[in-house]
Amino acid sequence: MIALLLRDLRLAVRAGGGFGLGLAFFLIVVVLVPFGVGPETAVLTRIAPGILWVASLLAALLSLDRIFALDFEDGSLALLATSPLPLEGAALMKALAHWITTGLPLTIAAPALGFLLSLAPEAYVYLLVSLLLGTPALSMIGTFGAALTVGLRRGGLLLSLLVLPLYVPTLIFGAEAVRRGADGLDPTGALLLLGAITAGTFALLPFATAATLRINLR
Amino acid sequence: MRMSLWEYANPKRFMGWTAPVLPVVFGLAGVCLVVGLVWGFFFTPDDYRQGSTVKIIYLHVPAALMAINAWIMMLVASLIWIVRRHHVSALAAKAAASVGLTMTLIALFTGAIWGQPMWGTYWAWDPRLTSFLILFLFYLGYIALWEAIEDPDTAADLTSVLCMVGSIFAILSRYAVLFWNQGLHQGASLSLDPEENVADVFWLPLVVCIAGFALLFIALVLLRTRTEIRARRIRALEARVRRA
Amino acid sequence: MLRVQNLTCARGGVPVLSGVSFDVAAGQALILRGPNGVGKTTLLRTLAGLQPALAGAADYPQDQGAYASHADGIKTALTVTENLAFWADVHGTILSDGIFATFDLVDLRDRMAGTLSAGQKRRLGLARLGVIGRKVLFLDEPTVSLDGFSVRLFADWLQNTHLAGGGISVIATHIDLGLAAPELDLTPFKAAPDVGGGSDEAFL
Repeated sequence: MIALLLRDLRLAVRAGGGFGLGLAFFLIVVVLVPFGVGPETAVLTRIAPGILWVASLLAALLSLDRIFALDFEDGSLALLATSPLPLEGAALMKALAHWITTGLPLTIAAPALGFLLSLAPEAYVYLLVSLLLGTPALSMIGTFGAALTVGLRRGGLLLSLLVLPLYVPTLIFGAEAVRRGADGLDPTGALLLLGAITAGTFALLPFATAATLRINLR
Repeated sequence: MRMSLWEYANPKRFMGWTAPVLPVVFGLAGVCLVVGLVWGFFFTPDDYRQGSTVKIIYLHVPAALMAINAWIMMLVASLIWIVRRHHVSALAAKAAASVGLTMTLIALFTGAIWGQPMWGTYWAWDPRLTSFLILFLFYLGYIALWEAIEDPDTAADLTSVLCMVGSIFAILSRYAVLFWNQGLHQGASLSLDPEENVADVFWLPLVVCIAGFALLFIALVLLRTRTEIRARRIRALEARVRRA
Repeated sequence: MLRVQNLTCARGGVPVLSGVSFDVAAGQALILRGPNGVGKTTLLRTLAGLQPALAGAADYPQDQGAYASHADGIKTALTVTENLAFWADVHGTILSDGIFATFDLVDLRDRMAGTLSAGQKRRLGLARLGVIGRKVLFLDEPTVSLDGFSVRLFADWLQNTHLAGGGISVIATHIDLGLAAPELDLTPFKAAPDVGGGSDEAFL
């Protein structure tokens, strides 16, 4: 299983853009927001938690369709399906690789972008913690969505339509935790629920993803 | 062999028994809806707080109930398809989706119309309205996946998995939205809860309306399932001609 | 030992082959013949377990099957060694040096797979079969874009290493590999228009 993770990470590094593209998108969205809502610091401070979460969610969405598409086209997926590696494990590793190449860099970059949006100083630690807890769920849910649309020629738009409603609970709890942190309230409840969602998706969705891949490989 | 007998006979048997049943269900639905709506709109007193605007519950509440019931029906039908490979059940799930989508839209629109005089705005991010908006998105995704996949059995399989996973996330979203709105407004001050707003005199016509909507839902799902079965039959016949 | 009994397989929910039965003993190969579209790929994918059979069964040790087609899962951004090492790792085998010699890849070990010619890429794809150590191989046109020399390399490995070691292979191919293997023409197994089991059958 680790072999698959290492291979995917190596491919992401060599192909280039794997890490950079999502980050650049994240940066651009955050930079565009003040142009849209105006430069008042008070307004930006208020909406910063939500903007940062929505932007990282969209940045994670951007690279989802590549999770299985290349492996499906070049036949690797069929070969993996007949290998001793269970597809459930492959799904888990794919989600993990996606998280390491997008979710993790986004989490690390988020505080810097929070600075651009005048995020409340108390909120930085909760921004980091909530993204660290929440972005793995975004990758796992996205992996499931990618498996659903892998056989389709123009699956990209459909993938967003399928995955975004599934992102609602993660987004709500993630942004809520940062907002509560910024307002000086206790964000523990939101963080715990966010962690529970991540744990739940990693417990259940590898099985759904593997089942979906088997159907699509038929 | 039992399994193959099921598979072979059922779409035909379904077409057989639904043909005479369908007009009856449509008729009953029409009677219930006319009686319930006329009774509700013209023969109940105006509410002392809300005036005549409260009467929109005769459309809003039944539509909202059916919007949720349609998804539950899709979930059950999807499970039956996964376990028993029963074609009618997969097609019934497909048929229920667009009816459910329409019911969700009706619930959202009537909710907005009701909201205007009550809250002074057509749209508020009330937990209940928001949940229905999310449900609407789930319906859209489910229907889009059905439409995108060419092979009908693959489509049935994948939409079934999506329906099961989606159900879990829909319930999660419902509670997340409650959490989120409380976080913003310190408790829901704008409530669409019928139990809070509706007096006893309104209940009986409401029950008749709900029965009418339920019958209409059943009738529409039966009708659309029959259409889907016919479409599959045409596909099968065309495939046979190509092979011959 | 591979035993296929009364197998019916479908493409896109429509039965294409029915009543396929054959045995292949350990150390033997079977060449599948038949015109394009007769269902060779479908049969091989069904045998490999990638798609379910409508009827019948294929019996062989389940953890010994491997499938190979022209889509051979080669990653262009990995080197030849990295490509093979990945599959060795997934299958829990050890990548031996001998395999590079067998498939004439010694000089290409550190080249990116993306810079290989089509024929070299195919040799790399076939070398995977030597790495994963599976006994029952289902090969779909393994020699596409190989020159005569490479075909002989592959046929030699198949005969002298794989089959000689008790392996089995079922091969769909249009060219002569020079193997002393029986051939099976699939044309007689073409499914009749009224054969049962298709996904649309319940609606007819």
